[in-house]
Amino acid sequence: MTVLITFIQRAILQATPLLFGATGEIITEKSGNLNLGIPGIMYTGAISGVIGGFFYQNACQAAGYAVVPIIAVLIPLLCSLVGSLLVTLIYCFLTITLRANQNVTGLAITTFGTGLGNFFGGSLIKITKSDVPYVALTKISLAFKKTLPFASKTGAFGTLFFSYGFLVYLSIILAIVAAIVLNKTRVGLHLRAVGENPATADAAGINVTKYKYFATAIGGMIAGLGGLFFVMDYSGGIWANNGFGDRGWLAIAIVIFALWKPNFAIPASFLFGGLYILYNYISASMALIPILQMSPYVVTLIALVLTSIRNNREKQPPASLGLSYFREER
Amino acid sequence: MNEQVKKTRDPFVRITKRDGVTFGKACIVRAVCIAVALLLCAILTVLVTGQNPLVMFATVFKGAFGKGRGFVTLHEAALLLCVSLAVTPAFRMRFWNIGAEGQALIGGLATAVIMFLFHDRMSTFPLVLLMTVSAVVAGAIWGVLPAIFKAHWGTNETLFTLMMNYIAIRLVEWFLKIADKSGSNVVSHSLLGDGIPNLFGVQYLFNIVVVALLTVVLYIYLQYSKHGYEIAVVGESENTARYVGINVRKVIIRTMILSGAICGLAGLLIVGGASHSIDSNIIKGRGFTAIMVSWLGKFNPLYMILTTFLLVFLARGADEVSTICGLNSSFSDILTGIILFFIIGSEFFIHYQMHFNWSFFEREKNDEAGAFSAEKPAQTDEKEEA
Amino acid sequence: MAENIALQLKNISKHFGTIMANRKVDLDLVRGEILAVLGENGSGKTTLMNMIAGIYYPDEGQIFVDGKEATIRSPKDAFEYKIGMIHQHFKLVDIFTAAENIALGMHDEGKFDMAKIEASVAELTEKFGFEMDPRKKIYQMSVSEKQTVEILKILYRGADILILDEPTAVLTPQEIDKLFAVLRRMRESGKSIIIITHKLHEVMAISDRVAVLRRGEHIATVKTAEVSEAELTEMMVGKKISLNIDRTEPKNPTDRLIVKNLNCFSIDGIQKLSSVSFTARSGEILGIAGIAGSGQRELLEAIAGLQHLSGGEITYIDPQTGVEENLRDKTPQQIRELGVRLSFVPEDRLGMGLVGNMDIVDNMMLRSYRRGRSLFLDRKQPSNLADEIIASLEVVTPSSHTPVRRLSGGNVQKVLVGREIAAAPTVLMAAYPVRGLDINSSYMIYNLLNAQKENGVAVIFVGEDLDVLLELCDRILVLCGGKVSGIVEGRKAKKEQVGLMMTKTEGVS
Repeated sequence: MTVLITFIQRAILQATPLLFGATGEIITEKSGNLNLGIPGIMYTGAISGVIGGFFYQNACQAAGYAVVPIIAVLIPLLCSLVGSLLVTLIYCFLTITLRANQNVTGLAITTFGTGLGNFFGGSLIKITKSDVPYVALTKISLAFKKTLPFASKTGAFGTLFFSYGFLVYLSIILAIVAAIVLNKTRVGLHLRAVGENPATADAAGINVTKYKYFATAIGGMIAGLGGLFFVMDYSGGIWANNGFGDRGWLAIAIVIFALWKPNFAIPASFLFGGLYILYNYISASMALIPILQMSPYVVTLIALVLTSIRNNREKQPPASLGLSYFREER
Repeated sequence: MNEQVKKTRDPFVRITKRDGVTFGKACIVRAVCIAVALLLCAILTVLVTGQNPLVMFATVFKGAFGKGRGFVTLHEAALLLCVSLAVTPAFRMRFWNIGAEGQALIGGLATAVIMFLFHDRMSTFPLVLLMTVSAVVAGAIWGVLPAIFKAHWGTNETLFTLMMNYIAIRLVEWFLKIADKSGSNVVSHSLLGDGIPNLFGVQYLFNIVVVALLTVVLYIYLQYSKHGYEIAVVGESENTARYVGINVRKVIIRTMILSGAICGLAGLLIVGGASHSIDSNIIKGRGFTAIMVSWLGKFNPLYMILTTFLLVFLARGADEVSTICGLNSSFSDILTGIILFFIIGSEFFIHYQMHFNWSFFEREKNDEAGAFSAEKPAQTDEKEEA
Repeated sequence: MAENIALQLKNISKHFGTIMANRKVDLDLVRGEILAVLGENGSGKTTLMNMIAGIYYPDEGQIFVDGKEATIRSPKDAFEYKIGMIHQHFKLVDIFTAAENIALGMHDEGKFDMAKIEASVAELTEKFGFEMDPRKKIYQMSVSEKQTVEILKILYRGADILILDEPTAVLTPQEIDKLFAVLRRMRESGKSIIIITHKLHEVMAISDRVAVLRRGEHIATVKTAEVSEAELTEMMVGKKISLNIDRTEPKNPTDRLIVKNLNCFSIDGIQKLSSVSFTARSGEILGIAGIAGSGQRELLEAIAGLQHLSGGEITYIDPQTGVEENLRDKTPQQIRELGVRLSFVPEDRLGMGLVGNMDIVDNMMLRSYRRGRSLFLDRKQPSNLADEIIASLEVVTPSSHTPVRRLSGGNVQKVLVGREIAAAPTVLMAAYPVRGLDINSSYMIYNLLNAQKENGVAVIFVGEDLDVLLELCDRILVLCGGKVSGIVEGRKAKKEQVGLMMTKTEGVS
């Protein structure tokens, strides 16, 4: 029983960065932009937060003050959002304003963002001529990991539902809010129209460019939080180069698996998070671990193939996904 | 009336599509963009390292072509070019194969498996032959799967090929677990044997020769063969392809077999001809970089030689800078990213034209004066971006 | 009377390049009437209406709405004047419901509430007697339902002036009756309606007045009750103009292509061809006349092996051997392998007939590149052919290595026709081969077709200009709504007679 509870708890921790990434990418794709730069943007979100936290923690140490939890959270959070936003805006400018190929631009963003993360992660100390041996933001991480006060007092129930840092709850709330906005509001209706048929949206008086910019930028910022969560909460504030691994791509897989619905992305992320760590909990031989880790991708492929074969119009990618819109083109 | 006029005023910048500028002009646009990008990179590097920019440029050159480096750079370029060649037929067909990473990796895996099983049981020639066949077949299978689904049900190939990459990575990790019981995340030379022998005793020469030949062959295939012509027609317009009786499905599947097979070959060269070991990151993102190489090279194998060298040169040079300055090696990724942004952006000025409407500002004044300036035709100033 | 005028156009002119689409057109729309705008293809009807709806801006002239001068530069401006237009190509988001499409781009007061929008859409639906579920998705709808959504979209925005661009072209007779009932109800509620059409019986059935356009000019506006169909036809097509195209007598024509009872449906399930039968003979030009979209494209594509047929037969008779081949459901490649030399100049030159980004040489070998066993292309013959065509048809191009998309329309067409003729066809089909071409290029194409005819080729010519059809073709097959309304002799037929056949199937023999 306790094993099961730890498993679920770990799976949720594992799922959180995926959910941030998937929610961000769904919002982006709903505007017709296939942002393959999401993995890079998540790296950027992580490293921006680390840089902010690093300076704050060092400043505290130098001045001899204790780290204030609320500031320790706010500074990295803000830095992370700004960092992701800036990198996403490069993507926006190239694909929306300059109408560049989305695949190529996205991959360039991923190269750039991943490089940015690993470069600053590895060189931060050298550049700032700091005297610490490596980037370890343990104090800041503790602020991020702060759980609800009654988590430890409510036993298994508490472990299951209350034992997480605030970003875990935020990821779920954002996914639900995204689902509501997309399906129940005028903005959501207009956004979906832009992704499905920009010419029609344009004719109806919707500002296609504005919607694409906003959706992609907000999507990128949300995805960046996934990186922030990974480094600050999941990894305990310690940066490891390439530590984030292929989670960015897995987030894109979840988008397909969740059929472009943020509310579906919540269980899908939990499922993928569970599959990601399942090997720790079943007594299979070591050799089978990669096979288990393969399962999210295989499952996604099957989902992709089935939706295309069944050709259910409701379960397809946004119709103009990957295409840039130019009004005067016929 | 005046209010109405204000609302419908022509925008300041109007963008129109153009038929594409001449080849020469397009080259100038690209060259200017690359120059600006390099300048920006230089400034950034100086800011980060605090070094003299001239010394730094020397370092970049030393890193790429310094003593003993030139040949390694050439080999690096050859490997990247090989993967880039692989994705080119697919891209010419407008099939977005972003799964070259996986297709090459699976080719490398097939090579490694054969080496692992037979390296001490077979003589060199049949071994290399078997490695080649299995690598090419494995890559082809990885390439053709998304093509089959695309051809029959229109399954999105971008996402399909992307997923196949990660399945390939896990398969490699599975092999690592089986082959090396120590739990290491690389199957090393000692378990795989020598693989492809050195040509004339020169390390990497075999790989370079193979890629050079492949470049020429693929150029001829795409430019002068009937298959290559069919690929181009399908890519340009499926309607035209149907009109002249081309079997579009067949062409898609056939081309992706080719694309996957060349990726498999790249895997063979990387594992069998260079590293003699395998791990899940052996392709090192070349599958993704290849997309840019191919796209920047206008899907033409000969131009792609140039774009490959540009990217490899920059990466190696930036590597050297970061090593000397004690920086992280990922610095080169940042520089590569910046240059890519500029090259990607430069295409806009080749395909679109901007018209500036200077009267946009003048009218504001006229409106105040109460003049009916909107009745005058808008003066557009056509400025050629170059 | 003047107070009652909802919309007035004065002296409206519009040109595209050298083509004058509208020349000094005057038009007025009385409040609460249905005005039909009648004219042949290319008479400038749609251009004129687009200027009212804000798609184009007139070069000259004034528009008055409710007696006040209006500046309409965008559809949004048009909506502010309560003008809405239903285009032939619907602008709808497929996976949205009707109500969602109707709400798109609207900024109503208060909270966004889909149920409320659905309710008010349902109310509108009932008021005007439509039949539609506001929650139905567009992709599940028939064409007529989609059209209903478009009309509702405009009514929902409170339009008082509705313009419908050929609304009946895509509808079945039953659906047309329903639409007309709705239009009448809208008229009763005080809306003013303009309906573009070229079907005379519809004009008679629905309109209060008719405005006739011809070659961009306004001919007359008359009360429907006071004119006959024959009078309208004459106004629409005008007097016959002599073009002086040489037409020789066919030399011993024999049957080359026998088409029997062709039936074909579009993807949306609309019948595009119904029981089309005819025979094309060697050494003559068979013209195909009809309003745009009457099944011409489907007919030619069916013969070329590009359309799936739900019924019928296409038989080709080999001129040398007399062997009969059935071409139905064969791919273009299979047709070629049978030894049938069928050339086809499609309507969509750069989207189907040619590859825009390829040079002239590479476009020359589109049809012939497979020739020979070699794995490699032979560019020598295509290159010679390209030079030959450039020289003989006077193609204006920097070289034979210029991408064809850079050529002007006339030169593109010369390249395409030149290639198709160079294949030494036994059947040559050409769809609108002179569309967008200047006079000289047009005559060059007519002469090429005539030369083919004299060589014993069975030529099928789809055209839109009746004067040309009547002077060029030996026989003219008239299509109307996917049906053959008759085949007439090119030398004897009257323009009015063909015009009438194009617009209605019943009652014409």
